[in-house]
Amino acid sequence: MNKSMIDLTPLTRATRWHPAELAFWLLPVAGYFLLQDNLVLLTQIAITALFCLSLDLILGFAGIVSLGHTAFFGIGAYAAGLMAAHGHGDPLLGLLVAGICAGIAGFISSLLVLRGADLTRLMVTLGVAMMLYELANKLTPITGGVDGLQGMEIQPLFGSFAFDMFGKTAYWYAVGVLFVMFVIARRLVHSPFGLSLKGIRQNVGRMPAIGAPVNARLAAVYTLGALYAGIAGALLAQTTQFVALDVLSFNRSAELLLILVLGGSGCLYGALIGTIVFMTAHHFLSDMNPEYWQFWLGLLLVLIVLFARDGVMGGVRRLGALGKGGAKA
Amino acid sequence: MTVIFDGIASGMLLFLISVGLSVTLGLMNFVNLAHGAFAMFGGFVAVTLLNRAGIPFLAALPLAAIGTALLGVLFERTLYRRLYAATHLDQVLFSIGLVFMSIAGAHYLFGPQQQPLTLPGFLQGQINLPGLDMGVYRLFLIVLGLAIAFGLQKMVSGTRFGAQLRASVDNPRTARGMGINVDRIFTLTFALGTGLAGLGGALGVEMLGLDPGFPVKYIVYFLIVVAVGGSGNITGSLIAALILGVFDVAGKYYVPQAGAFVIYAVMVAMLIFRPQGLFGRKAAR
Amino acid sequence: MTYALQTTSLVKKFGGFVATSKVSLNVEAGARHALIGPNGAGKTTLINLLTGFLEPTSGEVILNGDKVTHLAQHQRVKRGLARTFQINRLFADLTVLESVVMAVNERLGLGARFWQSVGSHTAAVDEAVELLERLRLLDVAHETTRNLAYGKQRLIEIALALAAKPSVLLLDEPAAGVPTIESRELFETIAGLPREVTILLIEHDMDLVFRFADRISVLVGGAVLTEGTPEVIAHDPKVKEVYLGEAICD
Ligand SMILES: Nc1ncnc2c1ncn2[C@@H]1O[C@H](COP(=O)(O)OP(=O)(O)OP(=O)(O)O)[C@@H](O)[C@H]1O
Ligand SMILES: [Mg+2]
Repeated sequence: MNKSMIDLTPLTRATRWHPAELAFWLLPVAGYFLLQDNLVLLTQIAITALFCLSLDLILGFAGIVSLGHTAFFGIGAYAAGLMAAHGHGDPLLGLLVAGICAGIAGFISSLLVLRGADLTRLMVTLGVAMMLYELANKLTPITGGVDGLQGMEIQPLFGSFAFDMFGKTAYWYAVGVLFVMFVIARRLVHSPFGLSLKGIRQNVGRMPAIGAPVNARLAAVYTLGALYAGIAGALLAQTTQFVALDVLSFNRSAELLLILVLGGSGCLYGALIGTIVFMTAHHFLSDMNPEYWQFWLGLLLVLIVLFARDGVMGGVRRLGALGKGGAKA
Repeated sequence: MTVIFDGIASGMLLFLISVGLSVTLGLMNFVNLAHGAFAMFGGFVAVTLLNRAGIPFLAALPLAAIGTALLGVLFERTLYRRLYAATHLDQVLFSIGLVFMSIAGAHYLFGPQQQPLTLPGFLQGQINLPGLDMGVYRLFLIVLGLAIAFGLQKMVSGTRFGAQLRASVDNPRTARGMGINVDRIFTLTFALGTGLAGLGGALGVEMLGLDPGFPVKYIVYFLIVVAVGGSGNITGSLIAALILGVFDVAGKYYVPQAGAFVIYAVMVAMLIFRPQGLFGRKAAR
Repeated sequence: MTYALQTTSLVKKFGGFVATSKVSLNVEAGARHALIGPNGAGKTTLINLLTGFLEPTSGEVILNGDKVTHLAQHQRVKRGLARTFQINRLFADLTVLESVVMAVNERLGLGARFWQSVGSHTAAVDEAVELLERLRLLDVAHETTRNLAYGKQRLIEIALALAAKPSVLLLDEPAAGVPTIESRELFETIAGLPREVTILLIEHDMDLVFRFADRISVLVGGAVLTEGTPEVIAHDPKVKEVYLGEAICD
């Protein structure tokens, strides 16, 4: 009977796939045919996009500022890498195990992260990542230490698609995983759980008063974000057949934060678009001395915070609003 | 005994650097992850004065502190000020940006290597007592650290400046209404925080080393000190830094394989037992 | 006599300052109980203690016969204790409908569902729509909260509390900041709630209080000065003194 009382379509509008979204997901297909020589780069973009998506879940949607999100990326990478190096080279099994390991680590650290206020969270997220870095560094016999983990043997995907030297299989594998994980995240965002996360981000103090167990929700999304990051790490290990100690570095966490705010946090496409913009820029500037690159990164961060806080997606939205305003006038 | 002594000295050094962060973070509520970058700046000022200009160590220290404080004022006036009301995330991103720029700048100007520093003769050597070898420089650090802790505590709780600062933090608008120059108070406080960082950075060259990676390498130590001590709490920072220093040195001495893990264990234990920090007031919620 | 909500010598100290001083309050089931007192008397603090927003320094809180002193806020809500805030605490960027659906979801235990979309949980959506109708918010259902006038927002505050289907409802100055005409409507809505719902109301407007309440507690300086029926309170010289003193200060 309520159906007649008001129009409920605004509530469900966002759940339907917008044509622009479909167009967006044609990009990877177009990329495959148009940029055959750059498949390695495109694979990297897909992996980083998944990693960035995982940070978006915990930062953009749950509002937890993490300085050490790479901890879970690293756990996933080493988990998948070690599996493949010890004869369990099935890629999907590797992904699964990596995701579970990272998820468990995420759950355990969420117990610590959620105990404190902002400052404590910064300390814990950073501390956990640095601790793992030390650990991977010290456990040379297992992880290869600074030389990195090598000697992986990845079996063909689904038993039939071998990872070729042109990176075609790797590319479709990474893009496919990204797409599946994206669809799951998209459902989650539009579910009651996703709505309650928005509530937590907008007014954390009010949520308990409507009966929401805030910490349980945050722990759940933190765990999920960790799992996503672990899968991204596993993808990197499997597609490059190498794990560098650098997967656990602070710079990677910081860079990821930059990518996310560049794209616009709290919006799934922000994570993807930020990654595309950033990685492309990095590619074209890759001849640059790494120190200069770091300088420009820093400058970019400062400028974004001061002048363009809502990132690319914010710009797009403002353009959209302008367009609408113009159409009305 | 010697281990404990060395731990206290290293804790004191940690205190000297972190207390500046505790001041800006606790009293001004600004998450300044670039604190280590200011400390590094102080270190480079001291090393340059010492090695290139031949200025004696004891004179280079205050110059490093003042130089860093001036840099702090410059940054506060032009940049930090705009972000006082911003979210912690923005402050974090902004200060990470500064960290990256400082690392790149240090690389460019000084190269990637460790900076050498020779202490003056009277700060070298040891005093040997039965069962205790005290390095003179470490003793110097301890004395200086205590003096600064005492002075700061006095200043924040006992002077007009301290009272004005607390008023400005609690409610800037009211404070302004009462005729307090809030902007100036914040600038001065920021200068104080960065000056202390610069001093700590200069003092730390001998024990912590100095290279472009400095701001990132020790950032977690600074955060632990502030979080464990309760931000803005000077005595708390001192005690937290001492605990951390002792555990760190003892850990590295007795279980070298475990290396840096001891301090992470301390961090975790603290979170489990005292999530509000050792002396933190319980957040009113 | 059954009590919906009780406290036994509840104390709350902020540092050295005693904001709640040995308060023993008994709210009968189904009562329309008003809590009055001058500014700073500790009324909001008391509500914060009842709901678990604050932890008491000592004393107990008893809800429907069970001790809930150390229960988390959301668990008390699950047991039927809901509140509104004196100053709006809303979800600025959610629409009115989304906010209320979210609250209904929590009561129905749907808050952790992560696969089906919000809109496909029709039971919750229908209930939220009904609630909006009851509070005359239907026409702004799809407006973003931050775009509404304060008076309208005040109604969302109440809708969020009602979404919990509380057996005990704590209202902290629900009409504060609402224009007079709207505040009358608002009180009609509150008075129209089913009798099973126990209501504890904080309100400064004495006309409203005397029209609404069947029992009144007067809080002064953190302690209960006196308690009784509206007639008794109206003629209590101690109460007059407190309010006269206040009137002069105003
Ligand atoms: N978190 C807190 N920390 C310190 N003091 C507090 C805190 N919360 C409230 N107080 C103090 O406790 C006293 C009671 O405050 P409370 O808000 O409960 O009063 P109230 O009766 O609701 O007043 P009003 O009618 O103005 O809403 C006030 O003096 C207030 O300053
Ligand atoms: Mg009040």
